Amino acid sequence: MAIPKVCGIETEYGIQVLHGDPNPIAASSVLINAYARDVARQQTGWDFEDEAPGNDARGFAREGSMPPQVETHLVNTVLTNGARFYVDHAHPEFSTPECRDALECVRYDRAGELILTRSMEAADLAAGDGSRLVVYKNNSDGKGNSYGAHENYLMDRTAPFTRIVAGVTPHFVTRQIFAGAGKVGAETAVHDGTRVDFQLSQRAEFFEEQVGLETTLKRPIVNTRDEPHADPHRYRRLHVIVGDANLCEVATFLKVGTTSLVLAMIEDDVSGSRSLALADPVGAMHDVALDRTFTRPLLMEDGSTATALAIQWELFSLARKYADDQGLDCMGDQAVGEEVLKRWETVLHGLEGDPMSLARQLDWVAKLQLIEAYRDRHGLDWDDHRLAALDLQYHDLRPSRSLFARMDSERLISEESVAAAVTEPPRGTRAWFRGQCLKKWPSSVVTANWDSLVFDLGTDPLRRVPMMDPLKGTADHVEKLLQACAGPSELLDRLSS
Amino acid sequence: MAEREQKKKATTERADEVVEEVPATSATGDKLKAELDDLLDEIDEVLEDNAEEFVRNYVQKGGE
Repeated sequence: MAIPKVCGIETEYGIQVLHGDPNPIAASSVLINAYARDVARQQTGWDFEDEAPGNDARGFAREGSMPPQVETHLVNTVLTNGARFYVDHAHPEFSTPECRDALECVRYDRAGELILTRSMEAADLAAGDGSRLVVYKNNSDGKGNSYGAHENYLMDRTAPFTRIVAGVTPHFVTRQIFAGAGKVGAETAVHDGTRVDFQLSQRAEFFEEQVGLETTLKRPIVNTRDEPHADPHRYRRLHVIVGDANLCEVATFLKVGTTSLVLAMIEDDVSGSRSLALADPVGAMHDVALDRTFTRPLLMEDGSTATALAIQWELFSLARKYADDQGLDCMGDQAVGEEVLKRWETVLHGLEGDPMSLARQLDWVAKLQLIEAYRDRHGLDWDDHRLAALDLQYHDLRPSRSLFARMDSERLISEESVAAAVTEPPRGTRAWFRGQCLKKWPSSVVTANWDSLVFDLGTDPLRRVPMMDPLKGTADHVEKLLQACAGPSELLDRLSS
Repeated sequence: MAEREQKKKATTERADEVVEEVPATSATGDKLKAELDDLLDEIDEVLEDNAEEFVRNYVQKGGE
């Protein structure tokens, strides 16, 4: 039986400085420090003890591959909602806490947007010199530089990695028809000089391999980073780098929800009578991004052809049957699982019939609708700079400038709930223990990471509390314990007894 | 797949029913167009003044 698909999203935001020092690393540090100091008023650092991004899920490292480096000197904070907020390379990055289901993941992804918005305001106020930091929730600068929005899913270690690669690749190639954030033009050599007006995905054209360890060069559709941040004998964390950052809540919900379902089916070794193996997944990924009519046939390994939409229908039908046969415990919450299925079906019908009817649900449709209307009004060609500007400004997080914010997108989470998620951790994962300890005893928690907390009780040595199971340390497990403890010393005594 | 075919058919029937209510559909269309026009007016106001420079200056280092 598939294990619950605990999930999270780590988003690298684009950052630009207006009227000030343009160094993006300095700007990202200023941004995060301003939030920690002036908004959250706490600063617990990150503990790098368990970081090993060079481990490969296939059990070997390919010669010449470039595992990502861990940069320990950059700003790194842990928040009371269980999230991590830090500088990654030249970008501010927000990692949601571990979430129990796809809807909760949307809630914390939105809380991340709010945290970034508040960070911008705090940084501008602190600078006091008229300089402005602007943050964009997108994935490319339009000039060939891409940065990621990575998803993470908890998986059972016993599921063979080769089965994961085979099962998830067709989904990763085709889910962009609803999960893509849309982009004007093209920016890599993939298109070989062919004119491209618009693509469904920001990221698709940056992928060059089917499987691999890299995230910045020769990006693979399935990333093999084997860094579970949990008991490695029981769990795997599938690190997904293939997605776009979404602003539409429904798009984020479907991206995470459908992927959770596909991964659960892989764990339970469920597949249909028809093989969904693509002959050329990388080429197909690029082609799908260019096809707004969903009619382009993709060559399958068995010599047949299928459209991206047909592959999604096949995956949906399998998932529907899987849910009917085995239930949806794997989705963290039955009702959330049913909602994923309902919306998945509705969106596929919409894409089949009238894609533009999904402008309130999907980013690429919302953006395209805006651009088409703007082109029409001003009589613009696709290469007009105003369309590229409109694309960029869609993702601007400043409420005064954001074009997305003006689009009346469908919301799944209330503003009150998003605001609460800025400081409150999810109740159903170990993030609850992390967040509550930080909230109750901020001066005693010296560092934190995904799978442990380190306490300084004023006595030697520092005490590390391991949290090797993402499904333990929930409110159900430890709320009473935490309430009963007068201080961190008592907590540690009780935990070790 | 049989189940899916059935559902698709059901959706088509629903779509047909809506088409019969021409005035309502048309009114909805007009409302949508008016909303989009308002949005475009607003975008003309907030879109960065010098689009070319704005787009050129947005340069990011790679990440991940």
